[in-house]
Amino acid sequence: MATTLGFHIILACLGIALPTVVLIAEFIGLRRSDEVALRLARRWSQAMGVLVAVGAVTGTVLSFEMGLLWPGLMRRYGAVLGLPFGVEGLFFFLEAIFTAIYLYGWRRLPGWAHWWTGVPNAISGVLGAMSVIAVNSWMNQPGGFTERGGRILSVNPWQVYFNHAAIYQMPHMILAAYMVTGFTVAAVYAAGILRGRRDRYHYTGFAIPFATAAVLTPFQIFVGDTAARSIAADQPVKFASMEYVAHTSRHVPEWLGGVYAGGHIWAGLKIPDLDSLLVGFGPGTRVTGWDTVPPAQRPPVVWLIHLCFDVMVGLGFLLLLAGLWALVVWWRRRRLPRHGLFWLLGAVSGVAAIVAMECGWVVTEVGRQPWVVYRLQTTTAAATANGGVLTSLSLIIAGYAVLGAATIIILRALARRWRRGDALETEVPYGPPPPVPPPSRPRARASGRAERVSR
Amino acid sequence: MIADAVGAILLATITLYAVLGGADFGGGLWDLLAGGDGRGQAPRQLIDESITPVWEANHVWLVFALVIFWTGFPGAFAAVMSAVALPIWLAVGGVVLRGAGFAFRKEVRGITLQRAAGATFAFSSLLTPFFMGTVIGALAAGQIPAGASRAILPAWTGATSLLIGFLFVGACGYLAAVYLIGEAAGRGDRGLETYFTRRAQAAGLVTGALSLAILAELHGSDPALFRHLTGRALPLVIIAAVTGVAVVALLTAGRKRGARPLAALGVAAVIWGWGVAQYPTLLPGTPVTLSNAGAPHTTLVALVVLFVAVVLIVGPSFGLLLALQGRQVLRHEGGEIALAPGGAGPRAAGRGHAPGRPGPGSRAAAFGLVAIGALARALTGRLRR
Repeated sequence: MATTLGFHIILACLGIALPTVVLIAEFIGLRRSDEVALRLARRWSQAMGVLVAVGAVTGTVLSFEMGLLWPGLMRRYGAVLGLPFGVEGLFFFLEAIFTAIYLYGWRRLPGWAHWWTGVPNAISGVLGAMSVIAVNSWMNQPGGFTERGGRILSVNPWQVYFNHAAIYQMPHMILAAYMVTGFTVAAVYAAGILRGRRDRYHYTGFAIPFATAAVLTPFQIFVGDTAARSIAADQPVKFASMEYVAHTSRHVPEWLGGVYAGGHIWAGLKIPDLDSLLVGFGPGTRVTGWDTVPPAQRPPVVWLIHLCFDVMVGLGFLLLLAGLWALVVWWRRRRLPRHGLFWLLGAVSGVAAIVAMECGWVVTEVGRQPWVVYRLQTTTAAATANGGVLTSLSLIIAGYAVLGAATIIILRALARRWRRGDALETEVPYGPPPPVPPPSRPRARASGRAERVSR
Repeated sequence: MIADAVGAILLATITLYAVLGGADFGGGLWDLLAGGDGRGQAPRQLIDESITPVWEANHVWLVFALVIFWTGFPGAFAAVMSAVALPIWLAVGGVVLRGAGFAFRKEVRGITLQRAAGATFAFSSLLTPFFMGTVIGALAAGQIPAGASRAILPAWTGATSLLIGFLFVGACGYLAAVYLIGEAAGRGDRGLETYFTRRAQAAGLVTGALSLAILAELHGSDPALFRHLTGRALPLVIIAAVTGVAVVALLTAGRKRGARPLAALGVAAVIWGWGVAQYPTLLPGTPVTLSNAGAPHTTLVALVVLFVAVVLIVGPSFGLLLALQGRQVLRHEGGEIALAPGGAGPRAAGRGHAPGRPGPGSRAAAFGLVAIGALARALTGRLRR
């Protein structure tokens, strides 16, 4: 399950945010009659087609796995957490339908009409993501239902959907999706620029997604900070694991890095009072430690949670730095930075964003252990009793390795084809139609701009 | 009462998935049987073009059915997922391989790789409906205990389950072939039209024979279900039989009009016949019924509301997709294969609409979407006041 999720989450991010990035590029292209931006939008939408197909498949697998791997969870709480999933299904539909219209509408629909067919895509991506995050945050902060003797008596859908944790988890994850998408797409072009392809195509391909992601980074850091403070209040044991707070106390130091083993923290940098300061804006703030619950109710690998948290925060600030660099240079010189280090930073920003997101996901999931539904159901009780979990797990991992490799190979093949500049794009599935002039085209002039670009 | 409504919704989504998504699987079956690279090139191309734009949207019905099942009837869902985990895993594997094989086939270069990806797509299109069929078979035959927490191998390897597995494959092939006749006709390809007519007839006969075999098998193994099938579900069984015969007869007479909706209706009648025969039990052979397995009242109400929302929002969107395809606006890969039993097919293009210009269908769909938006706005405005 974790493997599928870990893989699907990357695709989900791209599915949530890529439509928006494509729409921004197409908007600029249509508005300024910018051929480069239009070509980028078209090519990105082709990649989007491949990613949506793989995402649809892994999403289906996930919904089956909910039952196959977590029958205990579904038996007990299916009636509660199923509702947000149902809402997600609605948006999944819209995404599948409008992705098809958008991808096939290139050149056939008038320019702006085509742009508008992409809008439901971007909206349903965000709303669908909200629904899935509603489930996850509900697992962190279950509520909105009454239960007696293991049977759900009543459910309040609103409280399930907008639970305590949803308020900070939804913006945090959606912003993460935009950052992952923006930086990943930008990184591809930064890598191209590092290799000497310094043309307008590459600069535009970098600038649009990079700007989108970089603008959101400070907001993300703010939301993340708020989230951490809420976790300190709502899920103190998770927070204690994130920050190595063994005992409830005041003047808690902040640990940067370091491995916790046998009651000691090795090789960590200690900043006195900072953790208390961050939690309650005062060095004397009391922070709850994990000693408030018996050992059986603490997460298993504390050092993993802490390091993942540190890596996530550190990478977040690195990405902020990259954005600030570009902003300063843009402000003073009206152009992108020329320094090689900036482009190196740009080229690793995609990986950095993905790693940061996966780390954040580890923090929230491992940090909740041993619970699957916080303080209500343990992971052991939720998991399947069927044997062969290890077998199926290794099969899944192998399968996803192949699927992931195939996806990357195919995207690279697409990129190679684009670089050669030959019009093989016609053979891309979900790609725009081949440049065969249809017999009669009453609105040819309206879509003429897109037409010229594609030839 | 409300549990019955959710049960009906579940059956409706299953029907939609079977009628729309099933044909996509059937396409894979015909792809598999199309022969060598040279001979099979034309039918493969048609299948490919027909499935490409719609399979994802069709596929969502499966996800939606799953969500309704686990939200509406969580206990039964957990029991099914535990007891017949193996065939479900195999079907899931098939779903992955099919989607990936299909999406990657046109991306890879070189005939060997293309063949490998194509074979993956085709084989998994065969296996997935088969294993899904065995799961439904195990359910219908009352092989799933209410409290199942472990996999039960004999649950889905009985004669009924296996026969229903084969029936699923046959029905998918039948639907796909009937839809593909229309696709070929829309392109004016007489050769392919005949090609798929013959296959539709064969698949129709095989599917009919399998249905009779299942009825005979049930007569011996599951008298209760048989009694209901020939009792209160009899009208639906008759509809299924009549439509099946009618489609084969129509095709033999060389008339293609009406074959699509009839074929879809026949498959729908089989599914609803099963539902009616089994009603009100959810897991036959156990005391689990729709009403006592149901989730709390609010959850069920929310599911009904959600389904209405899906019908209102997704319906016009599907209509828009369909209408745009019908006007050949999205017509590179053609195909509204799995979309248009009785809907605006390629025929509509011949009715004098210039391709690229939104016709009445897409206008109506767009209008529907706008109307829903306005309605939602008015409602939220009222709520705020």
